[in-house]
This record gives sequence, C-alpha cells and structure tokens, in this order.
Amino acid sequence: MTNVPDDLFYTETHEWARREGDKVRVGITDHAQSELTDVVYVELPKMDRQTNAKEAIAVVESVKAASDIYAPVKGTVVEVNKALEADPGLINREPYGQGWIFVLKIDNTDDLKQLKDGAAYRTQIAQ
Amino acid sequence: VTETAPKKTPLYEEHLRLSAKMVPFAGWLMPVQYTSIVEEHQAVRNNVGIFDISHMGQLIAEGTGVREWLNTMLTNNIDRLDVGHGQYTFLPNERGGIIDDLIAYRVGEQEFLLVVNAARTDEDFAWLQEHLTAGGAVARETRLTNRSADFGGVAIQGPRIAELFHAIFGNDVDLPSRNAIVGLPFNETKVSVARTGYTGEDGIEVFFRASDAVNFWNATLERRKAFGVKPCGLGARDTLRLEMCYPLNGSDLSPKRNPIEAGLEFFVDLAKTNFIGRNVLLKAKVNGTREKLVPFQMKEKVPPPRPHYAVFQNGERIGEVTSGTLSPSLNRGIGMAYVSAKHVKIGAQIDIEIRGQKFPATIEKKPLYKK
Repeated sequence: MTNVPDDLFYTETHEWARREGDKVRVGITDHAQSELTDVVYVELPKMDRQTNAKEAIAVVESVKAASDIYAPVKGTVVEVNKALEADPGLINREPYGQGWIFVLKIDNTDDLKQLKDGAAYRTQIAQ
Repeated sequence: VTETAPKKTPLYEEHLRLSAKMVPFAGWLMPVQYTSIVEEHQAVRNNVGIFDISHMGQLIAEGTGVREWLNTMLTNNIDRLDVGHGQYTFLPNERGGIIDDLIAYRVGEQEFLLVVNAARTDEDFAWLQEHLTAGGAVARETRLTNRSADFGGVAIQGPRIAELFHAIFGNDVDLPSRNAIVGLPFNETKVSVARTGYTGEDGIEVFFRASDAVNFWNATLERRKAFGVKPCGLGARDTLRLEMCYPLNGSDLSPKRNPIEAGLEFFVDLAKTNFIGRNVLLKAKVNGTREKLVPFQMKEKVPPPRPHYAVFQNGERIGEVTSGTLSPSLNRGIGMAYVSAKHVKIGAQIDIEIRGQKFPATIEKKPLYKK
C-alpha cells in the first residue's frame, strides 16, 4: 500500500508539500516514485528562481522516462537537495524524507488552501 | 479508431500475485517491472531471470512450396536452415522497409515457425496471407496459420541458464545448441525450447500451449531458492537489449527504415535472386544510405537520452535518437540514433540535445556493453 502522510499538502501532479513557516519543502509522493520506477537522474531548479504554481521547475528521470516536477504554489526557490545529484535513488527509498527536491519561500501562504489534503489525494490515486 | 481492451497473457494472474506493475504494451497488459528495473536487469546479467513473452506472435507456414515461398517474403535465406534451427530475419515491404523483425525456425522438413512482434502479429499475418493468395504455384502449395492465441512463452536468460535448464528438464537432457529449437517433455506435456534471446546473455525461449503456461512458469520460479531466478518485466528487457544494441521494432526499425541503414545487412541475403524489396536493398547496399543507425554513449553522468531527442555535431543537426535509457550495467546514458551517414565514425563526438541543452556523447561500436 502506498504511503500518504496526513500532515502534508498534495497536488494533482503527485508532488507533496510540507509547510515550514513561510516555506514549503517539496518532493514527489510514494505513489509517484513507485509509478516512475528507479529514479536515475534529477534536474534540480536553479536557486532564487521565481515560479508560479503549476510551473514545471524540476525533472525526475527514471530508467523509463523523464517527468516534470511542478511547483505546488507561487514562490521562490531557496534550497535544493544537492544530495540527489549523487544519489537520485533517495527519491525511491525516502520520498517524504531525504528524497525531498526543493524548498520554496511562499509568496502568499493562503495559496496552500488550493492544495489537496491526504484524504483527497488518497481518493485521487485510488481512482 | 475503436479502443479495444488490452489482452491478457495466460500468466496475467501470476504477474498480479507477484505484485507486478502492469502496463498496456502492443495491445497487451504486460508486467513492466516486479520490484525494480535495475534489480531485474542485474539478475539477468549476473544470475538468471524469467520473462513472459506470451504476447509475441506465432505463425506457422507449411507445405511443399513453403521454402521457396518464404524466401520471397523474408530477407535472410531460409535454405541455410537445417531442421531444428532458427535465424533472425526481416519481413520487408516493397520499398525494402521493415514491416517486422522475427525469428524463423525450421521445425520440420516443410514447416516453419515464425515468432513475430506482438504489435505486428495481425499485420504480418494479413501481409503474408495477401501475398499467399496473390502468389503463384509455390504459394498454392503453402498454408499459413496464425497460432498466436494457442501458445504462451517465456524467455529464461542469464549466465546460470544451464544449471536451471537441467533442474527443469533433467540432467540427461542437453541444452539445444545456439539458435536451435527442440521439443522436450515437461510433466505430461511437450514444450519447444530454443536457445535464443534478446538480452545478450546465454538463455532459452520456451513455447508451450497456453494452458500449460502457469505450470511451466511456476515450475521455473520454484527453483528460485536454488538459483535465485527473478521474474523480470519489459523495463529490464528494454535496458538489456539496448546495451546489446538489439533493435526494437517501432523505435529503431519501421516500414520507412531498411535493414541496410539499420546496420543489419548481415540478415539480408542479396544473393537470393527474388524477394520483396530486393532491388531497393541492393541499391542501398551499393550506393550507401543517407542515414545510419549508430549506438552512442553519453560522456559523463548527464540526463539519459530518450527517443526523438535531436543529435548534433559541431552545432549542426545530424539526426535523431530512436532508443535511449540509462544503462544499469554502465551507469551511463546510452542510446541509438539515425544520423547522416557522412558523420558516422566510431569515436566521433556528438551532442544530444536534452531540454534545450546539449550534452556530449560518443558514437560507439556494437555492443555498448561487453562482459
């Protein structure tokens, strides 16, 4: 069974977002990593990049295919997970932990209300 | 176009029991992986793995005219086959393009088994049937049947194949020689075992009645403890074949590409005087082709190449990638691309454009991976 923690926000495109004050830490869900299969390369966003919600700002490549990773909310990239460059498999092994991809400083924290909670995301992936 | 539900192989329920990730492929629901593409790939390179290949098509051609007729339809020379042997060959169209690539086994004096790609089975059968109906005297003495629904099959591949083979069929039974096919008793039934494969490892492909599929699959997997046999999906099948530069129909081969530009003229016998597409292929051989299919390897740890990425040399666009992946054995991006023939030189530096950025690669010799 795929893991969907209740303390996170989710997008339709299978990113998770963990609120840390006026920032969110972002990665891809357990369901997404399992669908993608072995992750072999991660293209991280540039530091200080400004992004809109639903804008593609990173790429995760599995053996099979390349997949865009979207910003869950409008904001600025303030941290990227350099560890993924040496060990992209962290995304498969710890999708909600060491496999995080970037941190965004949120423009407007109200935007988080647009995201799904765990229950809504579980419903989405059950379909 | 009407959408039809994908077909299920006789091993479908077994794949679900093993928690395989199932995907639609060539009109079938197939396992893409069970645990991990990389693990399954390594199992085949280092140990032994089993693949469901029941989706592949089986056509039988037989009769007193069959040899002469098949030799007009296929590029390789059927007359070189002794009974019990197979050869890799192409089914060409009038322009020399590749409708399908297949293995033709001579299973009797006047009987051939054609093992064809799942996606092309119906098309191949229709093409052959059409030519049979329109054909002359030898065609009238040939019968063609599509037996695909009657058979299941597995590929068992890896360096420990001999041990596993003897554990399944008995210590006194010999492995068939390379490209040979033999009928062997298995439990109360009979199966066909060919020493062929699509991984670059030693291995066999086994064909059986669809109703025997589950028994054979489980009998092999029961040996798991002794031999570490791993069920493997289409994902590993693709990375394994690409390391060997074996072409994939629909990606590297198509009706618009001929075997000469695909670098596979070894399987075209231009000494045969009469077969479909011969004149075009002869001209391609003599004059050369505008493009050539070449293997390449990325230079460092960069994103893996993918089909349709553009290929450049010194800023000039010279071709397009047809297959690409991260090689689990080399831990580098690898692929094949059609590039303009004047740029084809082993060791030549090229660039692959990935999301707007160019990454360096080198044109290599086949195969990309050697033990």
